[in-house]
Amino acid sequence: MRYHFDFGWLIEYLPVLLKGIRITVQLILIGAVLGVALGTACAWARALGPKWLKPVVATYVELIRNTPFLIQLFFVFFGLPSLGIKMSELTAANLAMVVNLGAYSCEIIRAGIQATPRGQFEAGASLAMSPFQTFWYVVLVPALQRIWPALSSQVVIVMLGSAVVSQIAAEDLTFAANFIQSRTFRAFETYIVSTLIYLALAILLRQLLAGLGWMLFPRKASR
Amino acid sequence: MSLIAITEVKKRFGDNEVLKGISIDVASGEVVAIIGKSGSGKSTLLRCINGLETIDEGSIVVAGAQFLSDEAHLKALRLKVGMIFQQFNLFPHLTAGGNVMLSQMVVKKTPKTDAEAVARKMLDRVGLAHKFDALPDELSGGQQQRVAIARALAMQPIALLCDEITSALDPELVAEVLAVVKELAAEGMTLVMVTHEMRFARDVCSRVVFMHQGRVHEIGAPEEVFANPRTPELRQFLGVQ
Repeated sequence: MRYHFDFGWLIEYLPVLLKGIRITVQLILIGAVLGVALGTACAWARALGPKWLKPVVATYVELIRNTPFLIQLFFVFFGLPSLGIKMSELTAANLAMVVNLGAYSCEIIRAGIQATPRGQFEAGASLAMSPFQTFWYVVLVPALQRIWPALSSQVVIVMLGSAVVSQIAAEDLTFAANFIQSRTFRAFETYIVSTLIYLALAILLRQLLAGLGWMLFPRKASR
Repeated sequence: MSLIAITEVKKRFGDNEVLKGISIDVASGEVVAIIGKSGSGKSTLLRCINGLETIDEGSIVVAGAQFLSDEAHLKALRLKVGMIFQQFNLFPHLTAGGNVMLSQMVVKKTPKTDAEAVARKMLDRVGLAHKFDALPDELSGGQQQRVAIARALAMQPIALLCDEITSALDPELVAEVLAVVKELAAEGMTLVMVTHEMRFARDVCSRVVFMHQGRVHEIGAPEEVFANPRTPELRQFLGVQ
């Protein structure tokens, strides 16, 4: 068996790859920021929110965590237009990712909130803070700090999972790889290149999240 | 008129009646020690005064403000009485200064520069001006408790509730916290403290309340209560015959 590796196509298709990278990065940045924001709101609702809201959020979370992401994506892109809600592939991909990460990060962040010592809530209350002020200023940051590694992993999982948005023709990195492969028939080369790019993106994203944690959470003065 | 008027307060946890009709009046500037065995209801009483527990019967009035468990009344009450806890409960993600500034900025909407000035003053008052930028993790237990006192004082309360504030401290750190409390008492702050420091209660407090099984069992000036305990329960608690 002899196979001649040929990466000559790379130069020609570089713009396609770069566009794919740009879309994937854009998807994960928007998905991560809005998804974690949604997850935080849901975690508050499930852990500390009003009674009527808890089952609503619980239903959302369990629905998303117990169904495939691809189906959720199809539902948003192909299902919602039947109700008159139409959107572009990119918007649909973004929305599906936000909704998906929102549910998973809700449960992670909720764990962080529920591990808060009761004394922290009482200290906030005794200083005349409202329950929400206590959550926002006292409980949230240490809660996020507790679960930051788990949350970071989930964000990376969602980034890697974003590959399936190519199925609705959102032009992400996987879409670009498929496109190049179909033109060049260089399957091995195309997918090894895209694999390495995903690997690099994932490592970069982890570093970024670690750096964000380093900025967000207090550190002892190093001496 | 008394600053804190506790009248016939009853509190139940399920079937367990923890407070069985407590009445105590605390005058402005008074320092009241509440002593008693664990389970006698003393911490619960303190937590009721701050609204951390709701009461089932009776009334608690602080400086004319009735205790009601809606948010607006609770806030008004808690602006009047500060609370200090056994476990300090400092906010771990904020520096000592940040701990003292937070509630001023969030609750009273004090501008940051003013809040910082108050925080520096209060930390200085508890002898920790130099620890403004230290995280709670970097402080000893005694220092953490003094920051907690500064944090409560920054809200300018008219009374402070102290819930076994030295019980979690190593013996050698107890003195520095009690010294701060003693100074506050000397400055005329109204204090209600649940404590196991009998000597401190004897030296500093104007009145001692002995609680037993959810009731005020004995109450009086420290010299009376400690020198002439009238009931067998108090004699047993104090270990005298």
